[in-house]
Amino acid sequence: MNRPVPAAQDQSRIRERVERGLRRRYRAERRFRAYGLAAAVSGLLFVAFLFLSIISTGYTAFVQTYIRIDIRFNQELIDPEGKKDTETLRIGDYSGVFKEALREKFPQVEGRRELRQLYGLISDGSAFDLRDMVLGDPRLIGQTRELWLMASDDIDQLVKGKIDRKLPEDQRVISDLQLGWLDALTGEDRVERRFNRVFFTAGDSREPEQAGVLGAVVGSFLTLMVTLVLSFPIGVAAAVYLEEFAPANRFTDMIEVNINNLAAVPSIVFGLLGLAVFIQFFGVPRSAPLVGGLVLTLMTLPTIIIASRAAIKAVPPSIREAALGMGASQVQVVAHHVLPLAMPGMLTGAIIGMARALGESAPLLMIGMVAFIADIPGSLTDPATVLPVQVFLWADSPERAFLERTSGAIMVLLAFLLVMNAAAVILRQKFERRW
Amino acid sequence: MAVESQTQSRSAALEIATAAAGGSEPAARRTVGDVTVPNPVMTCRQVNVHYGDKRAIRDVSLDVAHNEVIAMIGPSGCGKSTLLRCLNRLNDTIPTAVVTGTITLDGQDIYEKRQDVVQLRARVGMVFQKPNPFPKSVYENVAYGPRIHGLAADRTELDEIVQSSLQRAGLWEEVKDRLDQPGTALSGGQQQRLCIARTIAVGPEVILMDEPCSALDPIATARIEDLIDELRQNYAICIVTHSMQQAARVSQRTAYFHLGDLIEVGSTDMIFTNPKHRLTEDYITGRFG
Repeated sequence: MNRPVPAAQDQSRIRERVERGLRRRYRAERRFRAYGLAAAVSGLLFVAFLFLSIISTGYTAFVQTYIRIDIRFNQELIDPEGKKDTETLRIGDYSGVFKEALREKFPQVEGRRELRQLYGLISDGSAFDLRDMVLGDPRLIGQTRELWLMASDDIDQLVKGKIDRKLPEDQRVISDLQLGWLDALTGEDRVERRFNRVFFTAGDSREPEQAGVLGAVVGSFLTLMVTLVLSFPIGVAAAVYLEEFAPANRFTDMIEVNINNLAAVPSIVFGLLGLAVFIQFFGVPRSAPLVGGLVLTLMTLPTIIIASRAAIKAVPPSIREAALGMGASQVQVVAHHVLPLAMPGMLTGAIIGMARALGESAPLLMIGMVAFIADIPGSLTDPATVLPVQVFLWADSPERAFLERTSGAIMVLLAFLLVMNAAAVILRQKFERRW
Repeated sequence: MAVESQTQSRSAALEIATAAAGGSEPAARRTVGDVTVPNPVMTCRQVNVHYGDKRAIRDVSLDVAHNEVIAMIGPSGCGKSTLLRCLNRLNDTIPTAVVTGTITLDGQDIYEKRQDVVQLRARVGMVFQKPNPFPKSVYENVAYGPRIHGLAADRTELDEIVQSSLQRAGLWEEVKDRLDQPGTALSGGQQQRLCIARTIAVGPEVILMDEPCSALDPIATARIEDLIDELRQNYAICIVTHSMQQAARVSQRTAYFHLGDLIEVGSTDMIFTNPKHRLTEDYITGRFG
């Protein structure tokens, strides 16, 4: 009746065979683990290299060279008629003021070309700084003040060591004359590198030393707010409907397939859609955070819906049955039990979608957010740009100083991403701990 | 006479056995024993349940009496849980499930259009196989039902309901100092008693229990069984169980199911000491199942 029992010699042979196999199995296991480790390490190395290269090019964007010079607020230039009203003060010749100061500092300089080179030491943007000072305190007119003025971008690059002084003059953007003046100023302790406040408080500019990321940061923030406010509720509602209420039929199958397809559509297509529908059909102002947010909503929705559905599916059916068995209606089951339990997963999906939207530039190019916008957007319908598009714009600019600013903007973008991901983790933990 | 019925049922059993082996669907068998009781809470008449093409139970008629525990036993897949889930219409959540026949609660057809399923489930509570407290505090678990049905006018009344439900479920002494701790942190047996407390908090007339002790150790099982016996004073209880000892210990009537048929119903004493049908006898003596 019973199966034949293997004889003693058979058993020892079986053991031997298993042992031999075991060695092979353990070897394979070690090899497999080594592959995994190698993959993880190489991934980390790439990321480290990326960060290193961005930070090493970009950290100088956070400082800016300033030149100390005695400025006489000459009434002849600012307010020749002595009216002292805001309108006159606004249109005063402030670049004349610092040019005069430079001429007084280096009185031996003569001739139009040489003077132009001399004026090139100081950024044109300093005129606006001087104007704002006078507008803030008109009593300055007629007085002399020692002020730190922003150096022009080329001088700034030279001071930061990004331009090689040993190059022959014709291959260098800084002339020998300028070098001499700069050295003279340095000798008098009149050149200093300071924290680049402008980079964080200004909008875009054609002049690198006057360009800042604030406009793009505010634009990104407004755009993402629109995206979040629209895509999270819509995405969650769609996921809840599809998971909990939708009848299983062809129509819902079709919706499902299409949502999955939408997640794979290249983002620039959403830009074209936004251009055709939101701007041309509905007449939403172009280049604005509103239309950008709408387009990114379209792009983010599939991600949020798919993540939310997965989170809802992961809610144990026993909880659903328990609530139904207590006499909870379908909506109560969803609102009291399914949604709270699925919320961490939904939030994660939303934040991943938001992070993707934050880094997106292609669809926004299609709806005009690539325009040069110097003002900081104040509302959802103001023209604006976003951080990745700002990076794109600066990377495209010929000035040497935009190189470090591009990396600087990337660092700001990465910081935003880190903050968002940290928020996702914190939110998830908070929600999970409640249960 | 008795001998004659015995022979009849034996031949019937033979027919079912051959049909099960052969695969073709035989006609429904008449249930042995009296399915009716005087003054029932719930009645089932000619109930059929299909899951898609598959027939899960066939022409089942059975009454549930007041203040009585009725045990449903049978091998896996015999349809006892399916019938249980029909009694509070939890099968509605399975899209392919089709229920025919009539099931009444206090003379009202529960599958009628007018019947509100939310109200039905408040009157027919359910305790599941795996303890499934909500991931909320002990208090919130018990208060959930009264809250959604609006049973308590204010917080004091709700506190009273929670306390009395936990007391009746025999859990109050163990949890009264940690009502705000998560229900999921309790032990398995405590969780199951919490689920029972949660069910009785809405004041049901019938409590359905789907293998309530199969995930519990013998001590926790004994506590639940004692509790079931106490609850019988106030509620009608239907319990599905795989443990025949449990059926014998807690129930007054027992129904034996086999492959979707209700084979035999009778007082628990009768079923376990003197089964009429051969299939029942085979099952309770451990010859199969």
